[in-house]
Amino acid sequence: MRTVVEGVSKAYDHPKGPQTQALGRVDFAIEEGEFVALVGPSGCGKSTLLNIVAGLLAPSTGRVRFHGASLNGRPRTAVVFQDLALFPWRSVEGNVRYGLEELGVARRDRRRRAREWLALVGLEGFEAHYPHQLSGGMKQRAAIARALAVDPGLLLMDEPFSALDAQTRMDMQLELSRIYEATAKSVLYITHYIPEAVFLADRVIVLTGRPGVIREKVRVDLPRPREERIKVEPRYVEYLERIWGLVRGVGGAAEGTGS
Amino acid sequence: MSREGTVVRDKAGFLERRKDRRLGVLTVLVVLGLWEAVGRSGWVSPFFLPPLTQVLLSGWEITRSGEVFSHLAASLWRIGSGFAVGAGLGVLLGVALGFSQKADDAIHPLVAATYPVPKIAVLPLLILWLGIGEASKVAVIGLGVFFPVAINARAGVRNVDPLLVKAALSLGSGRWGVVRKVILPASLPMIFAGLKLGVGIALLLVVTAEMIAAESGVGFLILSAADLMQTTRLLFGIMLLSGLGLFLSWLLGRVERKLIPWRG
Repeated sequence: MRTVVEGVSKAYDHPKGPQTQALGRVDFAIEEGEFVALVGPSGCGKSTLLNIVAGLLAPSTGRVRFHGASLNGRPRTAVVFQDLALFPWRSVEGNVRYGLEELGVARRDRRRRAREWLALVGLEGFEAHYPHQLSGGMKQRAAIARALAVDPGLLLMDEPFSALDAQTRMDMQLELSRIYEATAKSVLYITHYIPEAVFLADRVIVLTGRPGVIREKVRVDLPRPREERIKVEPRYVEYLERIWGLVRGVGGAAEGTGS
Repeated sequence: MSREGTVVRDKAGFLERRKDRRLGVLTVLVVLGLWEAVGRSGWVSPFFLPPLTQVLLSGWEITRSGEVFSHLAASLWRIGSGFAVGAGLGVLLGVALGFSQKADDAIHPLVAATYPVPKIAVLPLLILWLGIGEASKVAVIGLGVFFPVAINARAGVRNVDPLLVKAALSLGSGRWGVVRKVILPASLPMIFAGLKLGVGIALLLVVTAEMIAAESGVGFLILSAADLMQTTRLLFGIMLLSGLGLFLSWLLGRVERKLIPWRG
């Protein structure tokens, strides 16, 4: 499935005083099977944009269109939230089954598929645990499994690793890139952490400060599967420096040249 | 300073709490022992404070004759049916108010205005309407349980983390799915807090109602003992109420652990 974001912007009305422009006009596309990371300073409207693509917030202008591949009732998008939003009253497996229940998958298949996804994210043996019994990284894995289980056309991730410690965060980046390479899902990944964006993405879209507009789209030409050692390669470091510069506001045209 | 240097102590050590159930049991035993001693000492007339053993003895007599059980059964039946009616309607209304802003705008002011009325004040009116029999007692208990349950259920629904609702919507839930599978389970802990308040109120109301108009029940047992100046029976009735309260909260605690297993 191809996702096209056309002229989307968001302004919030205030009963007193002027509107807040949370997000300027933004145009971009996510190709089938592409991993796109959206970076920008905090407050630039990244999460607003993700909520609009997820259909959880109406844009003030523009629209989001989905093209191609019939989904046969599968949801177009599924979200992994920053605060995870696992259902505390459901076991890990129950959380993963949730979307399958809503899709009307038969009971036996729900169980089998939930277990398959839990195995893929490395949570075998924790099916019966409740979320509060899991560590931060394990909760992340559960939230990813829950979103992937409904087999969405586009996986949306809103700074999913920002609450993790540095070590776990690196583990989860590797894990996510392994899962991405295994499933070939389209992903829109939001982060303000540039090394993570470069490590994970095929393309990095850099937003300006509030109200965010696209400063630059950078294609990340690094080999897959992505492994830890690419972080010491000169090309990786060049991407980092270039995107750092773009986020700080130096270099790059107002309109993208990358793609 | 000594050769070993300064040893670091745990400055926060006094904050540590270790539970010791034996102390609580000990306190109860000491109070019961004092009661017995004072009752036997002759300082106080047994008419005002008969010793514990005599209270238990008179309790044993009415237990053996079966009288206690008929009173307990009457009280429990009233609590049970009043609680079921009040809690059922309370959950329904509370959830409706929590979910629909329109319903809340229309009905919440009425609830807020009637909530503070002590429910026992309504009993004479209920007796007038429903007669002196069981219906008026069940109704007053139902009314007493209804309010805390409704108010907690409303608050529970309103305080559901909107992120959980978003997560459910993003996983394909419709409106009804969100209510049933997210809002209800998420507000269950709050609803249970309301039910616990309701149990206490039900116990209070059943005894009061039985003292005003009844021929059975623990409240009647206590009042009739007082009328006959049988202090031993009166005190036994009070001990029964303590037991009844402990039993009901134990029961609710069990149901809660069963229904809300994710709370640790």
